Amino acid sequence: MVEKLQQLGQRTLELFEKLGRSSLFLLQTLMGTLEMLLRPRLVIAQLHSVGVRTFLIIIVSGLFIGMVLGLQGFTTLSDFGAEESLGVMVAASLVRELGPVVTALLFAGRAGSALTAEIGLMKTTEQLSGMEMMAVDPIRRIIAPRFLAGFISMPLLAAIFSVVGVIGGHMVGVGLLGVDDGAYWSQMQAKIDFNEDILNGIIKSVVFGFIVMWVALFEGYDAIPTSEGVSRATTNTVVISSLAILSMDFILTALMFGDI
Amino acid sequence: MQITRTMEIVVGLFVAIGIAAIFFMAMQVSNLAGFNDKEGYKITARFENSGGLKVKSAVTVAGVRVGRVSSIQFDKETYESVVEMMIASEFNTLPTDSSASIYTAGLLGEQYIGLEPGGDEDFLNNGDEIQLTQSALVLEELIGQFLFSKAEGE
Repeated sequence: MVEKLQQLGQRTLELFEKLGRSSLFLLQTLMGTLEMLLRPRLVIAQLHSVGVRTFLIIIVSGLFIGMVLGLQGFTTLSDFGAEESLGVMVAASLVRELGPVVTALLFAGRAGSALTAEIGLMKTTEQLSGMEMMAVDPIRRIIAPRFLAGFISMPLLAAIFSVVGVIGGHMVGVGLLGVDDGAYWSQMQAKIDFNEDILNGIIKSVVFGFIVMWVALFEGYDAIPTSEGVSRATTNTVVISSLAILSMDFILTALMFGDI
Repeated sequence: MQITRTMEIVVGLFVAIGIAAIFFMAMQVSNLAGFNDKEGYKITARFENSGGLKVKSAVTVAGVRVGRVSSIQFDKETYESVVEMMIASEFNTLPTDSSASIYTAGLLGEQYIGLEPGGDEDFLNNGDEIQLTQSALVLEELIGQFLFSKAEGE
């Protein structure tokens, strides 16, 4: 019984310890990020590996999600004779929810896990300690450019996802199912508000990018320096950031769109 | 990691496409390119029943959108709905005896205000009120009247 209590206490303390460490880590990273504005070449290299390499998966999934939305929306809306509203339905669901959320989940799976593995392996092979020996701060040299690159990429990727999805919905709705081309666009333009829908969607994607980068980089930096530790850190990145994205999405949606 | 020229070009292309996507959303998907409600003048109209009219509903003349509803309030004294409309400043030649009616776009569509220009030589200015109004069509009332008249006829 006493042993159980001790274990519980230890777990709780470990949780708080990790939370504290990750907060301090975030603070140091943010301070390092400001410095990155003076050294943009480091960020460009990371934008390539974080942003450009996620580009293709975003385009392909955006296209298919848009097409599915077009198909599903058409079947439901045609029951009410409201096929003309297909454009609004596709655009609203993409810009408000699916764009930021699905992009963030894919981003966590594609870029976040790769970053965790990369940094965890750097730690395991003692490259990070090597840098410290040479008086190079690994947080500034390694972590900060990756953080900034992810922070920049995420809203751009989410915007690309939404646009490709809207085009995918247009392909299916107008091209295959015969919704009127003018109605698709004009109803969309009439109902989608720039401040209300699009800006809020961009804010969401910025928040999600921040979360994914924080979790991924911290898990890598904090990984136990063994092969098993790195594998566990990589799994943690995907699980924790996905859960954080989905729960944060609920909170943000309630604040932005729900009149609570 | 070695930064090559191709890498820089590809990153530049990526950022450009991302910004183009945001621009596309602003212009093609949303209403930003259309009616801008910053510049315009406000007119009010009183309706017995404003039905399903909402803030941001369209205000049209001859089917062309000229503005939007900016607020809907209830008048405690007269029990009327006071609808304030924001009309774009380019449409500043509406006669003072214009009338406002609430229409429905399609059978189940959204409600909007249609303005019919009158023949007066003076034009509506900021803060003016439209005197001639026609309330929203409430489907239940209409059906009720129809059933009532049917029953009376038999």
